[in-house]
Amino acid sequence: MNLNATIIGQMIAFAIFVAFCMKYVWPPIMAALEERTKKIADGLAAAERGRHEQQLAEKRAQQVIHEAKDQANEIISQAQRRGNEIVDESKDSARIEGERILTSAQAEIEQEANRAKDELRLQVGSIAMAGAAKILGREIDKEAHTDLLDELVGQI
Amino acid sequence: MANEALTSTEYIRHHLQNLTFGQHHDGSWGLAHDAAEAADMGFWAINVDSMAMTLVLGSLLMWFFRSVAKKVQAGVPTGAQNFAEWVIDFINDSVRGSFSGRNAMVAPLAFTIFLWIFLMNLMDLLPIDLIPEIAKFIGSNVFGMDPHAVFFKVVPSTDPNVTFGMAFGVFALVMYYTIKIKGVSGFAAELTLQPFESKNIVLKILFIPINFILEFVSLIAKPISLSLRLFGNMYAGEMIFILIAIMFSAGAVMASLGGVLQVGWAIFHILIITLQAFIFMTLTIVYLDMAHHEH
Repeated sequence: MNLNATIIGQMIAFAIFVAFCMKYVWPPIMAALEERTKKIADGLAAAERGRHEQQLAEKRAQQVIHEAKDQANEIISQAQRRGNEIVDESKDSARIEGERILTSAQAEIEQEANRAKDELRLQVGSIAMAGAAKILGREIDKEAHTDLLDELVGQI
Repeated sequence: MANEALTSTEYIRHHLQNLTFGQHHDGSWGLAHDAAEAADMGFWAINVDSMAMTLVLGSLLMWFFRSVAKKVQAGVPTGAQNFAEWVIDFINDSVRGSFSGRNAMVAPLAFTIFLWIFLMNLMDLLPIDLIPEIAKFIGSNVFGMDPHAVFFKVVPSTDPNVTFGMAFGVFALVMYYTIKIKGVSGFAAELTLQPFESKNIVLKILFIPINFILEFVSLIAKPISLSLRLFGNMYAGEMIFILIAIMFSAGAVMASLGGVLQVGWAIFHILIITLQAFIFMTLTIVYLDMAHHEH
């Protein structure tokens, strides 16, 4: 238990070990620790950012869905309106067409009736003339009685 | 007990004697054969066992952490790296807690002090005769030494040379940084102008010697207390292990009682060896912090 040169030896060994530790042991391990700390911090920040972005995306998605719904409703109502219009239009055109057919039919009927009347009148005239000739026993001069016949035809 | 021919006193003495290499009275160099011869060698002798143990333990420590540092990666740590990071984190936290300056040397210094002293102290928990018996075997069979002259103190921190060596190393650093940061005048002012201060110039001059005596004692007390605290604790602990070991040769009852005491003291000692290493480290950090503080 004497104090001797071991003190000096110990001081030298101490200095060497501290220097070694300071140069070769401490810096690499601390660098790794710091790098990990940074990595974790970055990871947390990224996660936070990701969550934020997800929220934004969700909001945007909801907005898009909302818009789509609105658009769909609009399209449906437009289609309904258009359908109604088409129905109305065809109703109108059908009615007009019907009326047109009706009037043309009526006109034709009238025409036919008139023609029939004219023919009838002519036939009645000739029948009457034949009757009158028979009654008179002589040929009626068509030329001489044209105006009389015409008057007769006009009366019938 | 190692040798029945030894008395208890001889056994204790044998365990407390370092293996000293130095110059004999007749001028030849060699190992001391007993305590008186070792004392005779004066200052220029070296405790071979202390140096060997400290160098082996320190090299082991540095080898382990260097091998971790080589493969260190910032990903998920495994195995040895996990352990190394746990230790380094603990020391880094201690340093940050007590040291406010900026100095890249303090943390590695604290690391070396804590783990090296811890390993030295840990040798206390080895069976007390294990390494001395191995040394005795090697010494007598390989080097042809007298078995009684092969001393081997296993716990380096029970050698005051070792604790003083480290404490003086720390003290040298404290002085270096004190003078580097505060300058010689700042250091001188720290020694002479406090704790008693006065605006009156006469009183101020009067206070200088008083302040100097107080401050000088407290300055010198730093390395002395640092080394003697560690040495005293470890020496006392080692002494108790030696005394318990003596019980093993005093009959079955005493031996079994000794076994119980041995286990109890060893468990308690785990606390002491860690605590002493931690105290040495923390005080080193605090002293260096004081050296970095401007008033």
